[in-house]
Amino acid sequence: MGLIPKLPVAEWIDTATEWTTDTFEFLFDFIKEDFGDFIEIVAEDWLMGIPIWLFIIVVGVLAFFVSGKKLGLTAFAVIGLWFIANQELWEELMNTFTLVIFASLISVIIGVPFGIWMAKSKMAEKILTPVLDFMQTMPAFVYLIPAVAFFSIGMVPGVFASVIFATPPTVRFTNLGIRQVSHELIEASDAFGTTGAQKLFKVQLPMAKKTIMAGINQTVMLALSMVVIASMIGAKGLGQTVITGLQRAEVGTGFVAGLGIVILAIIIDRFTQNLNTQRGD
Amino acid sequence: MKRTIINKKEEVRDVPIIQVENLSKIFGKNAKKATKYLDEGLSKDDILEKTGNTVGVNRASFDVEEGEIFVIMGLSGSGKSTLVRLINRLIEPTEGSVYIDGQDLAKMDSKDLREVRRQKLSMVFQRFGLFPHRTVLENAEFGLEVQGIDKNERKEKAKKSLEMVGLGGYIHQFPGQLSGGMQQRVGLARALANDPEVLLMDEAFSALDPLIRKEMQDELLELQESMKKTILFITHDLDEALRIGDRIALMKDGRIVQIGTPEEILVNPANDYVEKFVEDVDRSKVLTAENIMKRPETVDIQKHGPRTALERMRKEGLSSIYVTDAKRNLHGYVTADDVSHAVKQDADNLKGILRTDVPRVEPQTPMQEIFDIIHDSPVPVAVIEEGKLKGVIVRGAVLAALAGSEVNLNGFDS
Repeated sequence: MGLIPKLPVAEWIDTATEWTTDTFEFLFDFIKEDFGDFIEIVAEDWLMGIPIWLFIIVVGVLAFFVSGKKLGLTAFAVIGLWFIANQELWEELMNTFTLVIFASLISVIIGVPFGIWMAKSKMAEKILTPVLDFMQTMPAFVYLIPAVAFFSIGMVPGVFASVIFATPPTVRFTNLGIRQVSHELIEASDAFGTTGAQKLFKVQLPMAKKTIMAGINQTVMLALSMVVIASMIGAKGLGQTVITGLQRAEVGTGFVAGLGIVILAIIIDRFTQNLNTQRGD
Repeated sequence: MKRTIINKKEEVRDVPIIQVENLSKIFGKNAKKATKYLDEGLSKDDILEKTGNTVGVNRASFDVEEGEIFVIMGLSGSGKSTLVRLINRLIEPTEGSVYIDGQDLAKMDSKDLREVRRQKLSMVFQRFGLFPHRTVLENAEFGLEVQGIDKNERKEKAKKSLEMVGLGGYIHQFPGQLSGGMQQRVGLARALANDPEVLLMDEAFSALDPLIRKEMQDELLELQESMKKTILFITHDLDEALRIGDRIALMKDGRIVQIGTPEEILVNPANDYVEKFVEDVDRSKVLTAENIMKRPETVDIQKHGPRTALERMRKEGLSSIYVTDAKRNLHGYVTADDVSHAVKQDADNLKGILRTDVPRVEPQTPMQEIFDIIHDSPVPVAVIEEGKLKGVIVRGAVLAALAGSEVNLNGFDS
């Protein structure tokens, strides 16, 4: 052991992070300022601008149609949201919702193209698979550190850490979905003279839709699971209330806020699952 | 080889629509190297042992003429599915050429290849290859959509194509809602909607149950009457091959072992392998009157009287004889009893005792249909072409043909 001194891996990473922070400062600053403002507008002006009763009714109606006119989901959504409002956690809920929406959207926008690339190229699959494994197994807390280095504290680093944590399922499922399309259908497509893009958009993606949607559902759930962790670096929302409960040893406060997250999770999960239907099934 | 390249349709074609020359496919690494073993005549197994490469297709050469149904037939692993995919280059050939309309597909860049696939070649798949997320109509218009044809026009064409295969009422269903036979009709309609020059049908009916399969074969033949497409049909079913093929290529271990009409293959198997193959075939479906007829014994109505007729019958051991004129036009037949009676009465011609209820068939009548006729007939069946007697069929010849012997391929000189 003594032959090789301790390698300064931690120092290397620090240096790399510092270099990145300095070099891309303009970009990080831009994201921090403008994107941060935008998130704030969405959460505070748009979502919180909607009267609570109207918001609950709209979600209720949507739930009714999305679930195929069944009352279960509708009742759950209406009662659940009313409960959160009743506990005076509405603003926190809207902030959390915003965080989840942004993190999920960005994850999907990044994840689907990477998934397609992975499906089309063996090389890409070989490179991306270990990267995805790394992203998913690295404890999520670790992502908070560079997030703070790049974007200081607030919603933006919260979204950043959530995206890293939540993107892998979308990439994996997109890859899987495209690769699962039967060989004969690919041959049929080729035999009729499709270009690569035609094959992708007319055959592969539509056929992989169900699998990709399952991946997106996973991504949304993972983003939601980052809410409490992200609140440690200042992301507003229900997570913050949980942390407050922890710091003050108030079991009740923490539990109620946690319940709010569960309610939001169930509503989002059922919505995305019910939207996942395919033509011709 | 000199070749005329033809792109414009109005010109007269003087090359076959598909020409395959020395086409080989070897799977695995260093496939090019292994091709030299093919030229040395090594077998598939030897090459696998020597190089670890699998021979898919071994120097196949054949031509397909316009409007012909050319069947490639072989057992699984014989390379027939690989061969059809080499023709539209779903699989890259290792060596050799495929000419479509005189253009070498193997040397085309991907853009030209795409054009050929869009305009000239359509494919029908064994497991149908339908897109489950598209309706029947959307499936049928796929080829046209890919070409960027205007929406209304392509819907119109796709509808026509679907009507042709009898699915006009199902255009808004999804493939999953249809039976296997109907799904393959959609597959056929999709291929036809492009109005291609060549249809490649890869075991198109093999996934269907026997009754539906036969129905589809009949329909294909019926459609072919009016379409006159060039069809390359792959099958492992010899009965199917014999039923629909104008010509058949038999494959074994990646090699074409014989090419010929159904009759040629049945009657003159090129080697033991083909012979074994055709052993169990129901010959009655393939052989025709022409193949089993014998040279007829006749008397001339103008020249011969009852005495000559009786003499001939006695000599040949016949109980009846056909009566023709000098131009071999058939007039009827006379029986031994009637003739002896006429001889006793000193009649000088056969007109008085001529019988005209002749059991007759044409040279192309399949043997199957001859069974019933010959069963009810007291005299040999006459084979007649344009009023002229070409030959006769006796019961013994039918049995002999079924047993697989005594068949004459091209009729006989008469």
